[in-house]
Amino acid sequence: MSEKVLLKGNEALAEAAIMAGCRHYFGYPITPQTEVAAYMSRRMPKIGGTFLQAESEIAAINMVIGAASCGKRAMTSSSSPGISLKSEGISYLAGCELPALIVNVQRGGPGLGGIQPSQSDYWQAVKGGGHGDYHLIVLAPASVQEMVSMTFKGFDLADKYRVPAMILADGTLGQMMEPVSLDLGEVKEYDKSWATTGTDNHEGRNIVNSLSLSPAQLEEWNISRYERYRIIERDEVMYEEYMTDDAEICIVAFGIAARIAKNAITEARKKGIKAGLLRPITLYPFPKKPLAKIAERAKAFLSLELNMGQMVDDVKLAIGCKKPVYFYGRTGGVLMRPEEVVDTLEKIGKGEAQEW
Amino acid sequence: MVVFEKTKGLTDNQFHYCPGCTHGIIHRLVAETLEELGVLGKTVGVASVGCSVFSYNYFKCDMIQAAHGRAPAVATGAKRANPDNVVFTYQGDGDLAAIGTAETVHAAARNENITVIFVNNAIYGMTGGQMAPTTLPGQVTQTSPYGRDVTVVGYPVKVCEMLSQVDGASYLERVAVNNVKNIKNAKKAIMHAFKNQLEGKGFSLIEVLSTCPTNWGLSPEKAIKWLDDNMQTYYPLGVYKDKYKEEK
Repeated sequence: MSEKVLLKGNEALAEAAIMAGCRHYFGYPITPQTEVAAYMSRRMPKIGGTFLQAESEIAAINMVIGAASCGKRAMTSSSSPGISLKSEGISYLAGCELPALIVNVQRGGPGLGGIQPSQSDYWQAVKGGGHGDYHLIVLAPASVQEMVSMTFKGFDLADKYRVPAMILADGTLGQMMEPVSLDLGEVKEYDKSWATTGTDNHEGRNIVNSLSLSPAQLEEWNISRYERYRIIERDEVMYEEYMTDDAEICIVAFGIAARIAKNAITEARKKGIKAGLLRPITLYPFPKKPLAKIAERAKAFLSLELNMGQMVDDVKLAIGCKKPVYFYGRTGGVLMRPEEVVDTLEKIGKGEAQEW
Repeated sequence: MVVFEKTKGLTDNQFHYCPGCTHGIIHRLVAETLEELGVLGKTVGVASVGCSVFSYNYFKCDMIQAAHGRAPAVATGAKRANPDNVVFTYQGDGDLAAIGTAETVHAAARNENITVIFVNNAIYGMTGGQMAPTTLPGQVTQTSPYGRDVTVVGYPVKVCEMLSQVDGASYLERVAVNNVKNIKNAKKAIMHAFKNQLEGKGFSLIEVLSTCPTNWGLSPEKAIKWLDDNMQTYYPLGVYKDKYKEEK
């Protein structure tokens, strides 16, 4: 077993990015992700990397575009309002088929919102955020260890599919400390002969571009990218099942909400409520098949989220509305207590809860 | 005897620019410069949004197509990724002086070691002739049909003058391509800007006064005259900053 070190989520994520070979970080200060930038500003100059505090989130994501175009592993991190500003650039990353990592340490919204943890950017991360037909690979860590492993994985998947990846964390995960192993294995190298490194360095002329005034060609580009999304949906789904074998009520929760769910399940089972958890680790691709499978035996689903109900629709779609789906959430930076979840499970069991 | 040879810095694609538009001349000057410096094979150009959006089809080097106004940020990422590459942006006035103002000012403030070619024709060309940040007072455009009223929409932005106050910027010059003498001088300025980059001297911006006969509603000949009479008066040609020259 490898040695463990005690690290703060944001700093662990930053170190994992460096271990994944990222030497180009571009950011802009915003709470609660600032430790990522601060960590990078200390580390990058010492390892010959680039840390640049941009003039805006917009500039930062475009610097990522520049570095990624030139074949480098590049990243940016921000928090909810900052991700809105980066959305233009994220759409360009997707359109230009550039690999890159974007980290969202979510806080409450909309607007300037608050600075406390939230999961209210689920839609933004999973359903687009920017304009056009595209997906991000969206990874939702639930521990500091996963902040590390998902960052490593995110760079790998981005390079493998030439699709930008996002870490959808939240203020809790960013701020909390846990022991982690930094034994992450080898960094896989991918062909980047498409990169704009100068024609001396490759065959022909490389152009990184998302523009086409020919509708037929643009459609073709989109279809070809969606063919890759289908492969991602087939091969890259990650999830955790917890006590689902005999579960009558299956909670679906990601990130920090999933940890609250686990506590609630322990309490609920003491009261004779057979609850379990499916925790999506990839929000895109969403674990549709595992949920459909659980729907064959569970009686009901509870989508547990730190928002007003965003993932719940995807749960309903995944199970084809075959079983009743309920929702419980807190928002605005408020975390739920396990007792609230247990109460909800009890109400569902007694038929007193209202379906979503 | 060959008296004029096409530069190897341009592809064989036919320009989409309108008759009388001076983008073609400016493309040629940039391409010739890259060829003469022998750096085409290590150049990464950044195309912007506007009439020059398709410049990636014309410059015979690697190209990145940036979002509107973001070219200096994209170029920053590219240059930081591979500092041995020669990185330039090619931007119009709407792109650089309106939506991309922050990216421009801060790339200059960081003295980012890139070359910016800024084509100022006082109008949004690609979208059909709307008022630009550089549209002259009183100038009629599609969105200033009664002439630019400075009491309502404010004054034009003088980019070289503004950036000359930014400590980071290394070299700023405004040139024009409306006659042979000016074209020769524009070439010199563009050459100087790229040499600066090769010597690690940092941010250089060449503002090139350009015509837009189509959207100005003038013949190519009259457009040149309009540039002489109006644009050059408001936007005087010259070197606005040459940090390394001053230090000599």
